[in-house]
Amino acid sequence: MRKVKKGASYTYLGLIFLFLYAPILVLIVLSFNNSMSRTVWGGFTFKWYFNLPSNDTIMDALWTTLRITLSSSILATILGTTAALGINRMKKHHAAIMLGATNIPLLNADIVTGISLMLLFTRFTSLGEFSVVLAHIAFSVPYVIFNVLPKLQSMSDACIEAAMDLGASPAYAFYKVILPEIFPGVLSGFLMAFTMSLDDFTITYFTKGAGVNTLSTMLYTELRKGIQPELYALSTLLFLLAFVMLIATNLKGIRKKEVVR
Amino acid sequence: MSNRLRTSFLAMPYALWVLICTILPLFYILGYAINTGDGSFTLSNLLAITDPVHLKSLWLSIQVALITTVICLILAYPVALILHNLKISNKGFIVFLFILPMWMNFMLRILAWQNILSNNGILNSILTALGLPTIHILYTKAAVILGMVYDFLPYMILPIYNSLSKINDEVIEAASDLGSNWLNTFIKITLPLSKDGIISGIIMVFVPALSSFVVSNLLGGGKVLLIGNVIEQEFTLARNWNLGSGLSIILMLFVLASMSIMNKVDDSENGGMLI
Repeated sequence: MRKVKKGASYTYLGLIFLFLYAPILVLIVLSFNNSMSRTVWGGFTFKWYFNLPSNDTIMDALWTTLRITLSSSILATILGTTAALGINRMKKHHAAIMLGATNIPLLNADIVTGISLMLLFTRFTSLGEFSVVLAHIAFSVPYVIFNVLPKLQSMSDACIEAAMDLGASPAYAFYKVILPEIFPGVLSGFLMAFTMSLDDFTITYFTKGAGVNTLSTMLYTELRKGIQPELYALSTLLFLLAFVMLIATNLKGIRKKEVVR
Repeated sequence: MSNRLRTSFLAMPYALWVLICTILPLFYILGYAINTGDGSFTLSNLLAITDPVHLKSLWLSIQVALITTVICLILAYPVALILHNLKISNKGFIVFLFILPMWMNFMLRILAWQNILSNNGILNSILTALGLPTIHILYTKAAVILGMVYDFLPYMILPIYNSLSKINDEVIEAASDLGSNWLNTFIKITLPLSKDGIISGIIMVFVPALSSFVVSNLLGGGKVLLIGNVIEQEFTLARNWNLGSGLSIILMLFVLASMSIMNKVDDSENGGMLI
């Protein structure tokens, strides 16, 4: 009976992963398809990978995406981590107000967040790449705060007190005592902010200026013309990069555990 | 707490940021919503929701969002439960398996579903090979729901999984020691203790499903007009920002209403943290 249950669990899990990864498999297969059509298999080729570097539209969109994603996720991580440090020391009802406000971008519909930021930006600055960075920080800061804050809350004051009693400056105590403790939270917050920014369409779509295109918005405008197959190649490469990084960090984690044992 | 640890001032830049980039934009959208466009006050942009076309879109959006949320919940709970019982040492790895697909462009992934679902697409080829009847759901409401379930399922799995990992295993053991069978333990203990996660999951799926416009554009083929599509068109095609803002405010009210309903169900004290 136990075995049956276990088998059923694994089958179910396998089906869910098949559901989540099926479109990805389709895209990977399409990246090797020697045909411009999305529906006809024209044989195996590497040509879209070779053509990719010389495709200016795609490469421009890629660099814009990476610039926006990197700068917004780094800034969001700094802003969010300092915010969490502050909120952690606030009086309870002040902290509750801050957390309530932090929930707004998470809870509000993307389309409303995008439109409201666009209305603000058209009034005070112009729409361009910078406005997209600001908008991305706005929706990704909450992920950083909600990843860092629990780590701070589970930390005891005694260590920091001890460090400062022994003569550490607040900055030194932060660097040597607090940061190592909260670092996993900061890292996962950064990774979530990065991923959300990389994958965003709606908010970018409303807050970008004319001529600025990330991969998502470029795709949306080119849908009617048909998709350039080089995009499948690029997406496959990005996905494989993330996959390899995931496996690598995971192997490292396992090795560390063995050493501790 | 000693005076030296009063670092609450560190939140000041963020407080300023919240005022400018979270609160102020909401006033802007409200400002546009109650304005005719030439500066005089009006409620017509808000009341425009009573237009039959808009009402139909709103009703369709609510239906699609509800069905999507229910399917996500039914699919996600067993996944979270199985993952929780796996006893894997590195739990972060599992979480990232669910956000890894996001590294492949969202729009491309939805487009891949067109390939899978189309009349002579991958799914139907497999069904034909197996001698089963084919299905024709692309460019219908069913395809839109499928696309949304696909897109939002991780947002349901992760909070439920997190709430399950907070349950003390000894409580479950105690229940079975006292003679409770698996089903009874699940209904009386596991399910109530994972309520927080379920509520977070419902909110994280229902809200984006209610307001999405891209999935319905790509998999509904322009035939499924959700309230998100109507708002997008007011901003991009019709260029009536005031009407678009009015409808956005209505959408926001629906989001707020659904959330206050969920908060009534939720009596926990997790400090209002969603994830």
